[in-house]
Amino acid sequence: MRESGETMTEQQDGSVAQGSSANGQSSATLDGSAQAGARVETMQRMKVDVGGGGEQKSSPATENVFEVSDFNAYYGDFRAVRDVTMDIPRNRITAFIGPSGCGKSTLLRCFNRMNDLVPVAHNTGRILYHGVDLYDPRVDPVEVRRRIGMVFQKPNPFPKSIRENIAFGARIAGYKGDMDELVERSLRRAAIWDEVKDKLKQPGTALSGGQQQRLCIARAIAVEPDVILMDEPCSALDPVATLKIEELMFELRDEFTILIVTHNMQQAARASDETVFLTMGEDRAGYLVEKGPTSEIFTNPRNQLTEDYVSGRFG
Amino acid sequence: MAASPQALRPPQSATEAVEQAIMGQRRDWRSVVFELALLASLLIALGVLIWLLTDIFIGAIPVFQERDLVDFLTAPTSSNPLTAGIGQALFGSLLLMLFVAVLAIPIGVASAVYLEEYATDNAVTRLINTTVRNLAGVPAVVYGLLGIAVFVVLLRPWTGGPSVISGGFTLAIVVLPITVIASAEALRAVPGAIREAGFGVGATKWEVIRYHVLPYAMPGVLTGTILTIGRAFGETAPLLLVGALTGFFSVAASASVVERLQGPYTSLPTIIFSWSRQPRTEFRELTAAAIIVLLVLVLIINGLAIILRNRYARKW
Repeated sequence: MRESGETMTEQQDGSVAQGSSANGQSSATLDGSAQAGARVETMQRMKVDVGGGGEQKSSPATENVFEVSDFNAYYGDFRAVRDVTMDIPRNRITAFIGPSGCGKSTLLRCFNRMNDLVPVAHNTGRILYHGVDLYDPRVDPVEVRRRIGMVFQKPNPFPKSIRENIAFGARIAGYKGDMDELVERSLRRAAIWDEVKDKLKQPGTALSGGQQQRLCIARAIAVEPDVILMDEPCSALDPVATLKIEELMFELRDEFTILIVTHNMQQAARASDETVFLTMGEDRAGYLVEKGPTSEIFTNPRNQLTEDYVSGRFG
Repeated sequence: MAASPQALRPPQSATEAVEQAIMGQRRDWRSVVFELALLASLLIALGVLIWLLTDIFIGAIPVFQERDLVDFLTAPTSSNPLTAGIGQALFGSLLLMLFVAVLAIPIGVASAVYLEEYATDNAVTRLINTTVRNLAGVPAVVYGLLGIAVFVVLLRPWTGGPSVISGGFTLAIVVLPITVIASAEALRAVPGAIREAGFGVGATKWEVIRYHVLPYAMPGVLTGTILTIGRAFGETAPLLLVGALTGFFSVAASASVVERLQGPYTSLPTIIFSWSRQPRTEFRELTAAAIIVLLVLVLIINGLAIILRNRYARKW
């Protein structure tokens, strides 16, 4: 418990400023970040509606992609996630926020069975994906991951050419169409085509961090997934690159459902439709405190813990 | 701290106080002594090596002056030092290397892939890992005994007894543990993030290993295995046990490939061992010359490993 207390204090410094700006207009936050970043053409291309992420959408009730019920995730004997029950709506950006070690990433990695790769990981409860239990023994995790793509914390392009980074997933999925066309389309959708169109044969690892992360997003969308999971995709990026990724997320929302884990509350406030706040209990297991439209979580939270967290009173 | 003599006079100004404090003349004697000791160790090691090499080169001069190099490299072994050459030894050594490469590399890499990528981390796997590491430290002569029992005696109908086949199999087993360890290290150096990236786009385990992990680990695997081949090249003891000949022998020119492989053989280090025991000075000179050939070949093998490593060095 002492350990986690320290982690919380650490985080507090980072989130004081974020909390205060999150309470104000999200567009104001954007301007501030833009000034903090470099004056580049990104800013001109910045979409107006990016700042509107925090606003509540008055769209009709949408279908749920995931329905999580009584979900517990364990590593050996240690319970990392406790009794999570929630729905994830389609074509929305759902942000997962919470202090370090509260199980956000673990939970995210359970949505495409990536956590299967950890030998000691196991879980109870259910995650329904369009009504199908993801952990049904008959489910093939490879097929799950083909439909539910993932972007990782640290950009991890394959040490191969940019083109090959995109083509690999499609090829193993049995794509028979025009590969050049698919590569271009995927890179365009990830807003990186103009930067790499002349160096498709160069290694993806030679790009800058922000470009690598957009390449990873392009790689994820090249296999036409249904959902994209993003595990702190901007934590290794500078503010300009971060804004580009957020802008991109809003463009991708029309076609994909996006789940994003973020440490950056500012990011959750301006770049998501729904916010899920998790924290950990005495047993260090993460549990869901509150879930709702992002604007409500940040301006009018129902739970005291949520309010303390988003206003920066605890990490 | 301010134990220097200047500090006895009280400083007149802040500048002077700082000057007195930071401009001490104290020498760090322990560091100097330590540095000299390190340098001395290096010089001793280098000195011995240079002495050895010089001795060998001087000893070999008569051979390279009086004999045609090609003749020395191709002539068969003989009891007459004026005509003796290392042709059969070179041929035998190269054949042995071929056996090692064909047997040890695929089996070693496959074992490493299994241990690193497939085996679950349990007591049995850990026992196997420890055993492999210990086997790498077992003296080669012990493998020679194994070679006699298995390849020379037990499998005689196929190996022909003491033959290149027996020797090749024995050497392959000598280097197999090292090949496994080197390959496993190379596989482990491929970051987990790359595997996750592969799984993340819906690749199966086979596809991740086949298209990502193995290709990225290959430079390291090759470097490691080539170095082990270099080691096998200089190995003498197990070959003496499994019947590498130390004296003159001849193979009929009409012998078929199988007959050659099952027939008598020798290797470069074996010949060096044998010649070094001859009383005549001419054989001493031949020994030195053969050592130089062996050194050059090992250097070439190691150089190849270095070139491969530098060429495919990868930053993650």
